[in-house]
Amino acid sequence: MAEKSGADILIETLIEQGVDTIFGYPGGAVLPIYDALFQHSKIKHVLVRHEAGAAHAAEGYARSTGKPGVVLVTSGPGATNAVTGIADAFLDSIPLIILTGQVATNLIGSDAFQEADTVGITRHCSKHNYLVKDPGELANVVREAFAIATTGRPGPVVIDIPKNVQVATANGARPKSTAAPRFLPAGEADFALINQAAELIAKAKAPILYTGGGIINSGPAASEALRELAALTGAPVTSTLMGLGAYPASGDAWLGMLGMHGTYEANMAMNQCDVMICLGARFDDRVTGRLDAFSPNSVKIHIDIDRSSINKTVRVDLPIVADVGTAIRQILNVWKGRKHKAADLSEWWARIKGWRAVDCLSYPANDGAIMPQYAIARLYALTKDKSPIITTEVGQHQMWAAQHFHFEAPNKWLTSGGLGTMGYGMPAAIGAQMGNPDALVIDIAGEASIQMNIQEMGTASQYRLPIKIFILNNEWMGMVRQWQELTYEGRYSSSYSDSLPDFVALAQAYGWKGIRCDDPAQLDDAIAEMLGYDGPVMFDCRVTKAANCFPMIPSGAAHTDMILHNDQVSGTMDDEAKALV
Amino acid sequence: MHIKQEISERHVLTLMVDNESGTLARIAGMFTSRGYNIDSLTVADISEDHATSRITIVTRGPPPVIDQIIAQCERLIPVHKVTDLTEAGPHVERELALVKVAGAGDHRIEAMRLADIYRARVIDATTNSFIFELTGGPEKIDTFVALMRQVGLVEVGRTGIVGLMRGAELS
Repeated sequence: MAEKSGADILIETLIEQGVDTIFGYPGGAVLPIYDALFQHSKIKHVLVRHEAGAAHAAEGYARSTGKPGVVLVTSGPGATNAVTGIADAFLDSIPLIILTGQVATNLIGSDAFQEADTVGITRHCSKHNYLVKDPGELANVVREAFAIATTGRPGPVVIDIPKNVQVATANGARPKSTAAPRFLPAGEADFALINQAAELIAKAKAPILYTGGGIINSGPAASEALRELAALTGAPVTSTLMGLGAYPASGDAWLGMLGMHGTYEANMAMNQCDVMICLGARFDDRVTGRLDAFSPNSVKIHIDIDRSSINKTVRVDLPIVADVGTAIRQILNVWKGRKHKAADLSEWWARIKGWRAVDCLSYPANDGAIMPQYAIARLYALTKDKSPIITTEVGQHQMWAAQHFHFEAPNKWLTSGGLGTMGYGMPAAIGAQMGNPDALVIDIAGEASIQMNIQEMGTASQYRLPIKIFILNNEWMGMVRQWQELTYEGRYSSSYSDSLPDFVALAQAYGWKGIRCDDPAQLDDAIAEMLGYDGPVMFDCRVTKAANCFPMIPSGAAHTDMILHNDQVSGTMDDEAKALV
Repeated sequence: MHIKQEISERHVLTLMVDNESGTLARIAGMFTSRGYNIDSLTVADISEDHATSRITIVTRGPPPVIDQIIAQCERLIPVHKVTDLTEAGPHVERELALVKVAGAGDHRIEAMRLADIYRARVIDATTNSFIFELTGGPEKIDTFVALMRQVGLVEVGRTGIVGLMRGAELS
């Protein structure tokens, strides 16, 4: 077999792994790979405007398609710019392959031009990383990287490739490695544990299904299994921010999202339940609130693919390490096989009905100005038939979107949950649109977040991606301001969005359509105009400036201490609460 | 407000890992980035084909943290097996120390006599100094070093602990 260059081996192995799209930005240390890409028409390269955009676009692609996203950036600043996206994918368990150029092996460590210690920098924000020093190893490294990124708990894998390794040649035959795989495939759960879980659920008088992003990551079959489990057991379902869409928002058992900005009924049910079934979620601090007051009287079952997620913050009674979709299916089989009958849950549902009656997501009507919740509600009403993919930035708009946009299916809701990365939404929308050319993709944004990766407008223009950016513009970093009102008596330290651009003029400058609306009476028409335009649109939705996001469990409080309205805000907090994230 | 401290336990962990570039940094860095303690860490390649290394880590933390440390170690791709010797049952722990002592007269004689009692070997000697080689559990070495302080201790080098399970089984 003829010798091939490292760059050619790389591209051919990517094709072998089923890659059809790469998000990247060229530079000195990846020129040989870009030259190889030029000659391989099977892979479409999307040229972003900043490497942070490449990583988030790949995340959006991965989350909306279920396939790993691939990033290609140069050494030094190319790699460091991608780090936020890598860390984001690590915390949200998104499968990514990040290919970074590196200076030639003989220059490593010499402070060469555009040299950074990429494997050192990304070591603790990636699932695994490699520095490849021999083109002969490249094919098997890439194969292992894809396997690691996509099996078990998914995550980003970085492959750092020195420039001389891209140019040097090796045997082109590239036999597959015969070594045993170094990662555990997602397995079935222990049968005895599944049995115990089924019995606990069957005996429960007040059960709750607490679901998370693991169900989405497990694939559509896991969502199907969850729906069946909810129907069979009659248990109510709540979800983390990451898991929205796994159970349909129109379903009878749906309580809405839980946690800091979750619904009153979801948080009260979590607090009062007798059996909690945690499915692919990880008891994040945004979910639990004050740990010593978290669901004090429940027996907790936790199914997670990652052993380190179990007993990390909350001690559970029945830990089960398994792929969550497989484990739910096993519970269903045991339930049916043993002819379990759910206990009478009518009393439990009556209590839930009482909590629902609080109507915690209600907001004051306003004819004079657009309430941000109203804007989301109208956007939902006017787009739900199109089953849109929604991305978000981070802040108040993100929480309003989670509360007031409703999801019926998985892989439709792409938001930065763990890392909370402002600037995520537009590049993620670009990636989602690349992976789903016919879908309606909307980034629900804030006027502050959108500016963090606003350069990606050029990418959408170049590839004619008809993404819609729906900005809830209240001229404030709203969530920062909200915390300053809660904690610091309204001392607004640097939270005002000063010197905003004219978003409509900006849209036009990039060849987009720009729409502005500040009148609730004209909002529906304006949204219809956005939806009717076959191209990218930036929608500057001017909303009331003072609205805050409720309900809210303030820092350091229990699920039962929710703030439902602005008039319950005291303006100060003790130091213990101030010190919490 | 003051930062709260928790009561911690000492645990000896052994890890079987792939002997490849970056593995040690990955493990040591994970301890740092997640705020875990390392009292000592030893590493050496132990297999015939040089593909596998054993790392012995002595760490400290409350039991749930120790459990989390083990889970986080297991999550790393090059880590094949983690054993908590402290939990696993009877095991041996040994450390090697080199102890340099200088002096003359009674101090020199006393140093030799103590070394004999502790079964330390002299591996270097001049007319006014010794280097002793001593192996044993960490407490034995601590005591020996403390005694040497009184008779002219110059410097100490310690390897950190290695440990294995007692009996025929694999650690």
